[in-house]
Amino acid sequence: MERDDLIVNESYALNNTHNDEAGKKIRRKIWVVTGILTLITIVEVALGIAVKRADSGLWTTVKIGFIVLTLVKAGYIVMSFMHLGDERKNLRNVVLIPYAVFIIYLIFIALTEGNFQLDMFEMFH
Amino acid sequence: MSSEASKAISKEELWGGGRSPFSVSYGKMMMWYFLVSDALTFGGLLIAYGVARHSSEFAWPIGEQVFQALPGLEGHYPLAYVALMTFILIVSSVTMVLAVEAGHRNHKKDVIKWMGLTVIGGFFFVGSQAWEWSHFIHGGGGAFKISQAMTVTGTLADGNTMQFDLNSADRIFMDHHFGTLLEDYLHGDPEVTMVESNGTVTLTGHGHTAALEEVMVNKYVEDAATVTGADMMKLWNAQASNGFVFGANMNENEYGVQQQYANFFFFITGFHGFHVFSGVIINLIVFIMVVRGVFERRGHYEMVEKVGLYWHFVDLVWVFVFTFFYLV
Repeated sequence: MERDDLIVNESYALNNTHNDEAGKKIRRKIWVVTGILTLITIVEVALGIAVKRADSGLWTTVKIGFIVLTLVKAGYIVMSFMHLGDERKNLRNVVLIPYAVFIIYLIFIALTEGNFQLDMFEMFH
Repeated sequence: MSSEASKAISKEELWGGGRSPFSVSYGKMMMWYFLVSDALTFGGLLIAYGVARHSSEFAWPIGEQVFQALPGLEGHYPLAYVALMTFILIVSSVTMVLAVEAGHRNHKKDVIKWMGLTVIGGFFFVGSQAWEWSHFIHGGGGAFKISQAMTVTGTLADGNTMQFDLNSADRIFMDHHFGTLLEDYLHGDPEVTMVESNGTVTLTGHGHTAALEEVMVNKYVEDAATVTGADMMKLWNAQASNGFVFGANMNENEYGVQQQYANFFFFITGFHGFHVFSGVIINLIVFIMVVRGVFERRGHYEMVEKVGLYWHFVDLVWVFVFTFFYLV
């Protein structure tokens, strides 16, 4: 098979180099993202300790908050650390859209089934 | 880094053949496809965990109450260790992205430095996970089942007292010191002796003495409470034969009545740990290739970027495991 990891033309991002100047800017962005990710983790643990589960109304809000914060964290990792935000739009869509559609469907169908199982168990047990 | 992606290319040229429409190499695109499929595997595992939890009729163990130990320290630090593990993995993800950035500058020395730190961070994480597993398997003191229904008064964490109507086969939890000696005693260790008198139970052996001062009900679920004095002895005397459980294995666990809890812990964190371990090995191989100048001769460090994608993915999965296994 023909090797495509050698630079033969300009069609791939292989020779996509940048200079020290641009590097400095990129590194600053990396450290900012690091700070955000660390902060979110600390906030999550603090919330988990501060809010008691017995307070069910507040706990539901916190639970949704955890999921939102997790998605924010995941977004930063995928878009910034994995450079998916810097790839062409069609690659980004090919990766994200099928995954999102399938996993949302799976969450919905599986958790509905799980809840139903519990309902039936409680009804007939 | 974005120059290639933001370059305007006409549709005819882009899709006309002879170039990648995604403007990425075959290897990088296939790494993305692999990561999507691997993400589906982890998604499936976490959703299966959710189904088990949603369909369970009994209270599910709470992360803050199961995972609250730190190595070498007494006391309770809810989720501190797991948060530390998350932080270690995030930091090693950062050093990885810095190695990728150094690769884009063709700066071999920086790539070596950051790749090296990434490998070290990976080993730290694998080591932390080994400790966590060991702690989970050994347990926090063990539990015994009671043979009949009874009512006891327990003290909640906030100091209030509450009546607990216990059913037969409910679990009563012992503290760490007492439980450890009791486990040895029950296994027939001749060095451990048990003395029961005047409403106290004392175990002696291996240079330690532990008295049964308090037991807990609901230790790993809501309304955890300590029981002392006469009520404690009432529970101790009502223990069912063969009702002891210490720590966790593939057949039983002290944390929850649902064995699925322990099995999902072993499978999800184990499968993730296996990913981390293989990631460290792959990083190490690429690190050696960098040191030997393979990529310098090739003219670009795309291999660092590709293993970097895998490494970030491992971090990404942990973020979700942290939320859905430990926090929620």
